[in-house]
Amino acid sequence: MKSLADLKALRDQTKKRLDLRDGESDYRVVVGMGTCGIAAGARPVLNAFVEEIAKENLKASVTQIGCIGMCSYEPLVEIYDKEGNKTTYVHMDANKAVEIVKKHIGQGIVCENYTIGAK
Amino acid sequence: MERMNVLICGGTGCTSSKSDLIEQEFTRLLQEKGLEKEVKVVKTGCFGLCQKGPIVAIHPDRVFYCQVKVEDVSEIVNEHIYKGRRVERLEMHDVDEATQEKVFNIDKIRFYAKQKRIALRNCGVINPEDINEYIARDGYMALGKALTEMTPAEVVDEIKKSGLRGRGGGGFPTGLKWQFAAKEVNDQKYVICNADEGDPGAFMDRSILEGDPHSVIEAMAIAGYGYIYSRAEYPIAVERLNIAIGQARELGLLGKNIFSTDFSFDLELRLGAGAFVCGEETALIASIEGKRGMPMPKPPFPAQKGVWGKPTIINNVETFANVAQIINNGADWFKSIGTEKSSGTKVFALGGKVVNTGLVEVPMGTTLREVIYEIGGGCPNNKRFKAVQTGGPSGGCLTEKDLDSPIDFDTLVAKGSMMGSGGMIVMDEDNCMVDIARFYMDFIVDESCGKCTPCRVGTKRLLEMLTDICEGRGTMETIDELEKLCYTIKSTALCGLGQTAPNPVLSTLRFFRDEYEAHVKEKRCPAKVCKALLSYSIDPTKCKKCSLCAKNCPVQAISGVPGVEPFKIDTSKCIKCGACMTSCHFNAVELR
Repeated sequence: MKSLADLKALRDQTKKRLDLRDGESDYRVVVGMGTCGIAAGARPVLNAFVEEIAKENLKASVTQIGCIGMCSYEPLVEIYDKEGNKTTYVHMDANKAVEIVKKHIGQGIVCENYTIGAK
Repeated sequence: MERMNVLICGGTGCTSSKSDLIEQEFTRLLQEKGLEKEVKVVKTGCFGLCQKGPIVAIHPDRVFYCQVKVEDVSEIVNEHIYKGRRVERLEMHDVDEATQEKVFNIDKIRFYAKQKRIALRNCGVINPEDINEYIARDGYMALGKALTEMTPAEVVDEIKKSGLRGRGGGGFPTGLKWQFAAKEVNDQKYVICNADEGDPGAFMDRSILEGDPHSVIEAMAIAGYGYIYSRAEYPIAVERLNIAIGQARELGLLGKNIFSTDFSFDLELRLGAGAFVCGEETALIASIEGKRGMPMPKPPFPAQKGVWGKPTIINNVETFANVAQIINNGADWFKSIGTEKSSGTKVFALGGKVVNTGLVEVPMGTTLREVIYEIGGGCPNNKRFKAVQTGGPSGGCLTEKDLDSPIDFDTLVAKGSMMGSGGMIVMDEDNCMVDIARFYMDFIVDESCGKCTPCRVGTKRLLEMLTDICEGRGTMETIDELEKLCYTIKSTALCGLGQTAPNPVLSTLRFFRDEYEAHVKEKRCPAKVCKALLSYSIDPTKCKKCSLCAKNCPVQAISGVPGVEPFKIDTSKCIKCGACMTSCHFNAVELR
């Protein structure tokens, strides 16, 4: 540690990891992880969200929830913005997750074609 | 990549209820499920709500589980962590009074909602054994700023302007203390952190050291060579301090030429044997020098002539824990919190007859009612609030009429108590105030170092008089003598310990003289605590003649004929153990 800049670099390295504990984020991503969700492949979707959000350096938390109720549309993902508005994405996979992170969370553009309304 | 953090309280309270085993179980089960890369288990410092420990927090979900047992861990892992279904039965919650619905949102729970955390800001959030987590929360930035962007005079000035006052009890302006030491010309100066927390029921400093040791180390570096004087009875705090000092040295945040400046600073940890008087600064310095821990007359003050005869700054743990925040956010920010003459926040160890015992940090000026009722949840079992004792053995009691006065250094003194280090013990109608005064005096008699006569002999006499009153031998003269002696000790004892020792007696006399008088005039203890003044009897109209009480009496003091004659207690034989009262199914045994 030679200078304040060294310290700042070290801080920024760990900071991202700790943001998780702050409870402040622009978006909240909720992945349906009931038995049906897991069987339909929710786990890789969850991981894709976590990794992509970190890679893009976005302020969003990823949590999971039990069965959302529409098992035939699994894997299901809900995204809440700060005002509590919900968007539901269906038949998710890891590639769609990456796209949604970039567009929806990164630029605020809802990926309409993946939402429940499009089915 | 981690998506979830499981924070487990590793403070002394939760550790004693097996939080370390809970941590091991989480680690084991997460590995079994192959989730160890996604979910990180972190041992943190105290969350504050010790009553409900062990506490496990899950983020980013912001769920707090309380009173978690090792057996509960598999349910949390399988349900919550794996499937995202919260385990509601373990979740911390309030009940909304209007709707009777449970409130789970941790940011809305009254215990936390009213608090403002500065000194405790990292406690329960970071792993105290990992310097990187401290740094991630802007740790050591203040030191960097102070060393590379500010002059020493600017640092002192900033602290002065912030209005920070000593959190150990005295309330002396910290900046002024630093200025005195800075003015002294000497080749060596020292900084001491006073972590000899001794008030019964107080654990603010312990929790800060356990939960956020680096905050204290950083502040001490901001302030020259230092010592941390902690009591040996704080094993977890000592272990974490040693780890923290080691990590800071490794990163070059302690040692020679910090941040490539010509500033060098290092720390040593000294352990005290736990004598209460060693919390007094001159006694503490004597103890560091290897002498017997006894106070010295002041002046000279430590800022002029302290440890090894060199100018010494000596501050309390909590005071230091505020320093880095002041440097980072500025004096004006700190000044904006709290009251005009007492800026910032204060940490209290809330205990006694209150629903949520634990550690709370509130802005100065918060009222006692807010702390005791809104955060603390009031007295349990609908008992009537009687008094609150602040300032430990040096402080005094405050009663119901003071509940709405704001808490700061000056109002508490004006009300006849003091801030002290932050112990806050709530008492209800079942507490006898004479007995409380006797409890504190007993503590003082044990802890008096014996150097000066008023304290050594005087407090012993006070204890004898209090015992006489509690045991029914007191007269009105005893009360007069008691009061007179209190004032003599107050004005003649050498150090703070002796000068403040009579406070619990004086303040209970002031507010509860009627209780003292009931003890001597009527030989009656109104709160039914003083055993010598109580007697058990059986109400013949309620007695069902079952003989259960007589069977449970260990000294055969109860006689009667089962089914024929009501039972009776022979008070000359009775040892007042209460076994009859607990055994009776019909509430026929009375205590008067």
